[in-house]
Amino acid sequence: MPNNQLDPNKWITLYADYLFNYTIVRVKDRETAQDLVQETFFAGLKSMANFKGEASERTWLISILKRKIIDYYRKINSKKGQAEVRINYNSDTESEGDWLEERVADNYDKNAEDQIQNEELGLAIEDCLDKLPEKQAAIFKMKTILGYDTETICNELNITASNLWVIIHRARTALSGCLEQNWY
Amino acid sequence: MSTKNKFFISCEEAKHICDKSQYGEASFWERVKLSVRLSWCRITRGYSSKNNKLTKLVNKSDIDAIEKDKKDEMQRKLQEEMSKY
Repeated sequence: MPNNQLDPNKWITLYADYLFNYTIVRVKDRETAQDLVQETFFAGLKSMANFKGEASERTWLISILKRKIIDYYRKINSKKGQAEVRINYNSDTESEGDWLEERVADNYDKNAEDQIQNEELGLAIEDCLDKLPEKQAAIFKMKTILGYDTETICNELNITASNLWVIIHRARTALSGCLEQNWY
Repeated sequence: MSTKNKFFISCEEAKHICDKSQYGEASFWERVKLSVRLSWCRITRGYSSKNNKLTKLVNKSDIDAIEKDKKDEMQRKLQEEMSKY
């Protein structure tokens, strides 16, 4: 029995940030990531008839997004040089001589494991934000992630500063609780 | 206001200052009052430690979000596209 249904009106509010975070760690460019998310929603609309309702709406959209990201890499790769694999020892002309020493990983740089963990953490936070009421999640994101001023948010959403702090307080308490269960 | 009242704040006020300080918006005087409360109130200490932990996690995660204007534009484009179906 299909349980899940699609509601494209809510896609941007509910999933845009989640899909964006999933994409940005893979393409490293905000503009491109936003475009890919938008394309994913368009593609979702087009293939709504194929949705069987077995997966959740978000899982289904992620599966479309994954294909969009692969397509994106195919496209830029074919532009560069017909998908040939290039292995250059070192194209940087400034460094010369010693081979391996120059290629040793920088211990102080973020390593792959850290990056994977931070990505998982980001998605875990998104999962917890999903569980908050829409308004709380939106205000928390504006304040904490986008770093908007209190005044800007109050003007934009037509709320008072004390309203804002009550909402932030509730969001932070709920998020701490949720992350305690799902992350620590 | 007596000196006592200036120094001693309620748990609720302490939590509120703690929230503001996560965003660097608590004044010096508010931070003093918070640290007085933290020195003796276990509940405030518990809240404060959880709150600081959350701030650290959010910073560590590299989590990002789409700007509100951009989201509104995306919503508009999606509505346009929906009207074609």
